[in-house]
Amino acid sequence: MTTIFAHYGSELLQGFGQTLLCSVISLFFSLIIGSMFAIFETTPIKFLRVIARIYIEIFRNIPLLVITMFFYVVIPLYLFKIDGFTAGTIGLTIYTSAFIAETVRAGINSVDPGQMEGSRANGLSWWQSMRYIVLPQAFRYVIPPLGNQFINLVKNSSVLAFVAGFDLMYQGNVIASDSLSTMSTYVCVGLLYLIITLPLSYWMRYLEKRLA
Amino acid sequence: MQSFIDAYSWLNMRYLIEGLGVTVLVSVASIIGSYVIGAILGIIRYVNIRFLSPLVGLFIDIIRNLPLLLIIFFTYFGLPNLGLRPSSIWATIIAMVIFESTMLAEIVRSGIQAVPKGQMEGARASGLSYWQAMWHIILPQAMKKMIPAIVSQFISLIKDTSLATIIVLPDLMHNAQIIYGQNTNYILPMFLMLAIMYFIVCYILSVISRRLEKRLGSTRKQAA
Repeated sequence: MTTIFAHYGSELLQGFGQTLLCSVISLFFSLIIGSMFAIFETTPIKFLRVIARIYIEIFRNIPLLVITMFFYVVIPLYLFKIDGFTAGTIGLTIYTSAFIAETVRAGINSVDPGQMEGSRANGLSWWQSMRYIVLPQAFRYVIPPLGNQFINLVKNSSVLAFVAGFDLMYQGNVIASDSLSTMSTYVCVGLLYLIITLPLSYWMRYLEKRLA
Repeated sequence: MQSFIDAYSWLNMRYLIEGLGVTVLVSVASIIGSYVIGAILGIIRYVNIRFLSPLVGLFIDIIRNLPLLLIIFFTYFGLPNLGLRPSSIWATIIAMVIFESTMLAEIVRSGIQAVPKGQMEGARASGLSYWQAMWHIILPQAMKKMIPAIVSQFISLIKDTSLATIIVLPDLMHNAQIIYGQNTNYILPMFLMLAIMYFIVCYILSVISRRLEKRLGSTRKQAA
């Protein structure tokens, strides 16, 4: 294991960086898209609710790999060239945003409806009440499940290995076939994943306990 | 349009459905295996046996926080180093069971925790031993609360099976790749069909899960 780190340290570190980068980018955009659809689902406008429902149901029920491969294989065929990292990040963003939408929606629903009614009665518009009264309260409850979504995101980013995204898993495979010591390579890769995910999951568990 | 008609020929569709069969078969075998092992791990975690429970807890935390893909690689390429040479189907099932049983362990543990303490106390006071009370009183009630969560784990299992194409498991994803590998005109139709097939299976399951959640929830309220 130490020999793996000594020989292939730079590759592993590069993969680690790519995994982290892709996860953070995906988290950022899927938070925006996910929250948007969550708000759509709670609006009084039926059209937006239907749109949000369709988006969430479709992308929650299709494997991440299919979505990612779609961007990697189909988009270049008909539209424009796209590299593995971008295709993987877009796929991850779309897939995760559907889950985040569900999480945020549950958060919004857990806020007492009286809050919305009260702020509407005080003269705030629907959007103002959402923005200043409901969402801030919802996000507090949503932080632990969102953290878990981020952990899933980091784990799911291994799908980049399918599309030559040069992430940790991809580098791990390259190293494994180069060094021929598969076991220790995968243990090293696993340790690097755990560096990101394990502290996060303990932290989220702590937050969950404190909120409960 | 012609490419769609060609792509969805009887032969291709049969091949895809065979793939779907493998996907479902592997998922069913994995969920059964992981339920058995997950229940054991979850109970060990719950009853707090000295040394064993923290060790199991550590194992669960480590496996849960690793990508499934890594575990698939590990079983398929790593196990031969230990003298085991599983086929791609067995390697997938083993990897899935290792990964999914830790997920189910947490579900089982929280399911047991959700059963009111009075149930155990009442059963013990009625003269049952700890394990009798666990088996006859606590677990059946916990089971009911776990079912929706288990169904949603099953959905993610079906989706995750697609990852095993990388170790050449002849599942739905793999078979679709074989078909569109022959002809670039088939790429779009195949992806559409993949999305539809996965969606139908997973959506039906998620509707079932939601129904169960509602029904089990309402009976619980009636009981309380």
